Amino acid sequence: MKYFPLIWAALWRRKARTVLTMLSIVVAFLLFGLLQSVIAAFNAGVDISGADRLVTTGKYSLTQMNPYSYVQDIRAVDGVADVSFASWFGGVYQTERNFFAQFPVDPESYLRIYPEVLLPAEQKQAFIDTRTGAIVAKTLADKYHWKVGDKVPILSTIWPRKDGSKNWEFDLVGIFDAKDAATRGQHEYLLFQHAYFDESKPFGNGMVGWFVTRTVDANRNAEVAKAIDAKFRNSLYPTKTDSEKAFNQSFIKQMGDIESIMRGIMGAVFFTLLLLTGNTMAQSVRDRVPELAVLKTIGFSDRSVLALVLVEALLLCLLAAALGLVIASLLAPPLGTQIPGFTAMELKPAAMLAGLALAALLATIVGLPPALKAKRLDIVNALSGH
Amino acid sequence: MASVIQQIGAVTRMNLATVPARLGTSLVIVVGIAGVVGVMVALLAMAAGFKQTLASTGRADRALVLRAGSLDELGSILGVEQARLVMEAPGIRRDQGGNPLAVGEKYVLTDVVKRGTGSPANVVVRGTLPEVTRIRPEFRIVEGRMFRTGLREVVVGRGAHDQFSGVNIGDGVDVRDGPWTVVGTFTTGGDVHESELWVDDSALRDAMRSAYFSTVVLQLEDATPATLQKLKDHLTQDPRLAVSVQREPDYYASRSQALNGFITGLGYAVAVIMGIGALFGALNTMYAAVSSRTVEIATLRAIGFGGLPVVVSVLVESMILALVGGVVGAAIAYLVFNGYSVATMNFQTFSQVAFDFKVTPALLQQALVWSCLLGALGGLFPAIRAARLPIVDALRAQ
Repeated sequence: MKYFPLIWAALWRRKARTVLTMLSIVVAFLLFGLLQSVIAAFNAGVDISGADRLVTTGKYSLTQMNPYSYVQDIRAVDGVADVSFASWFGGVYQTERNFFAQFPVDPESYLRIYPEVLLPAEQKQAFIDTRTGAIVAKTLADKYHWKVGDKVPILSTIWPRKDGSKNWEFDLVGIFDAKDAATRGQHEYLLFQHAYFDESKPFGNGMVGWFVTRTVDANRNAEVAKAIDAKFRNSLYPTKTDSEKAFNQSFIKQMGDIESIMRGIMGAVFFTLLLLTGNTMAQSVRDRVPELAVLKTIGFSDRSVLALVLVEALLLCLLAAALGLVIASLLAPPLGTQIPGFTAMELKPAAMLAGLALAALLATIVGLPPALKAKRLDIVNALSGH
Repeated sequence: MASVIQQIGAVTRMNLATVPARLGTSLVIVVGIAGVVGVMVALLAMAAGFKQTLASTGRADRALVLRAGSLDELGSILGVEQARLVMEAPGIRRDQGGNPLAVGEKYVLTDVVKRGTGSPANVVVRGTLPEVTRIRPEFRIVEGRMFRTGLREVVVGRGAHDQFSGVNIGDGVDVRDGPWTVVGTFTTGGDVHESELWVDDSALRDAMRSAYFSTVVLQLEDATPATLQKLKDHLTQDPRLAVSVQREPDYYASRSQALNGFITGLGYAVAVIMGIGALFGALNTMYAAVSSRTVEIATLRAIGFGGLPVVVSVLVESMILALVGGVVGAAIAYLVFNGYSVATMNFQTFSQVAFDFKVTPALLQQALVWSCLLGALGGLFPAIRAARLPIVDALRAQ
């Protein structure tokens, strides 16, 4: 680009104005980047959810418990490869603010169904063998400074023990990590033995929260789901089976309006920004009418003057947007660790590209009117008039 | 030599009179601040609306008895015998016949499709008595009728009726063990109960084959601390009971902390970030305003106007423009969002809460203060620069 020095000089003609305009754009795209990463946190891992897994819950609500005998019944359904189950413990570690999920599960089948949960073989065996054993996600272990061998006390808000106390204590026998960093947010929990859970509480025994099924062939999922529900339709505890992806998405949909609010905010921000930058570009071109006229006099075509102004606008917007997005990508992960449930907050490359594309669009919209004006400059009037 | 006040007045008037000549750049401040204020008011109105719905829930003279250690109604379980023991405790108001004004309620969740999403959401089902107004006098049927004892009938809260589909009178909504018939719509004064479905407690427990209540709701003799303490002492000292008692408002306040904090935090964070962006825009505009009037300002200084009047006039111009922007933004937020109904999941109770955006006078005040602040900051440095212009150079320039 042999005209680059020309454009660069034009950009920095009025340093203060350019810097301030760029800073507004940086801030706008910082906000864009942060909001995109919050949206990413909401949708984390949903796309990578086991496409071949189904989740079976009580028909009327996820909070409804179901008979343990359903495990065998589901296994007998044609198309089912493997079944596991889990329940909601609903405990609190020290204070309500330290929120993370705890699930009583069957160790062997759960780790088979979720192969993306990885931990050393000896820890896995310890989990299977230890009645009061528990394994926990690495991110939680780091946050609360737990090591293998620690005793983790959890206060249950739902399930008392047979002796009436609410205090459940688990032996930490393993620390696991998710295979994909992106799905870490999906597997941020503590697992312990369902058998221990069942035998220690005074009511609701033999009941389980939900079942997870792996099918023989993902293409048969819909059919298998229907077959499972048909089996329990007329029983005391009818079920509802859906793909794991749909199951996870329904939680996000319940938060519903939050995502559309984020988009609304971004819309308002960009509209404001549009007017701000548009004004700056218009000002800048207005100031340089004599220069542009001179350029035309020495032979620059109308088209090239239009291009010069447009490229200047592009440079301004893209540079500032890139800076804003980079800052957002640096800020998002540390911010995410501060908010419970948002560890997956990060600015994905796709979102960054979308941001840059948006910046280019912004530049075109704000740059076009002054660029057209520059193109149509009448040399004589321009040189004399101003 | 005119006094400083007169000088300030004169220069300011002159400044403002020339604003129309700089309409384009002045609009930048107005629009920028309008955008910031509009978004901030909208988000904080959401927090305010949610807070008001939760805060208006419950009365100081009504208490909730949960199983000890349970944080919310969903995780609480009370046996029939335990409920009976609770209802015999001192401190509970009694009616003419000497019966305690207390009711055992069952609290479960059911999936109901949310309007516009086509996706199911966790809605609260409360099993209570048809005569619930004895204990909840704010309850009133607005359409249709109340459910009858033992029958699988549902009355729907106003908020739930607006936010979820399939809950009109005559519709069948899945509660437990098949669809139940909606027979009416109720109001409880705009609180969180309007997001719920109320059914007959015995019908619910029958459909669930359950002998357990979730909670006992009771009317205290009065709202004094002494009465609550009397009840608490009696209940905690009974070895057959393991329960906790709290006033209803306290319970609902604790259940709204997380969502409230999240929305409010989001609102302020966005307002600050956008404010910074708008600040740069304001600075830009005011620098441009000052530089376009360099000769004027220098002339004023040359004929004897002091530096202070110049600074004040620029500041006033900036603040007035920002204020106009703030008013526009707040007005738009009010017109578009006030009363707008929304429902979202309260993660603490794992159930949907329907509420309206509330643009309160306090919020509008905050908005105007914030815009004045931004206007002042945006005008400060340009104002100082204007006052410090070297007069001779400025007169010669341009």
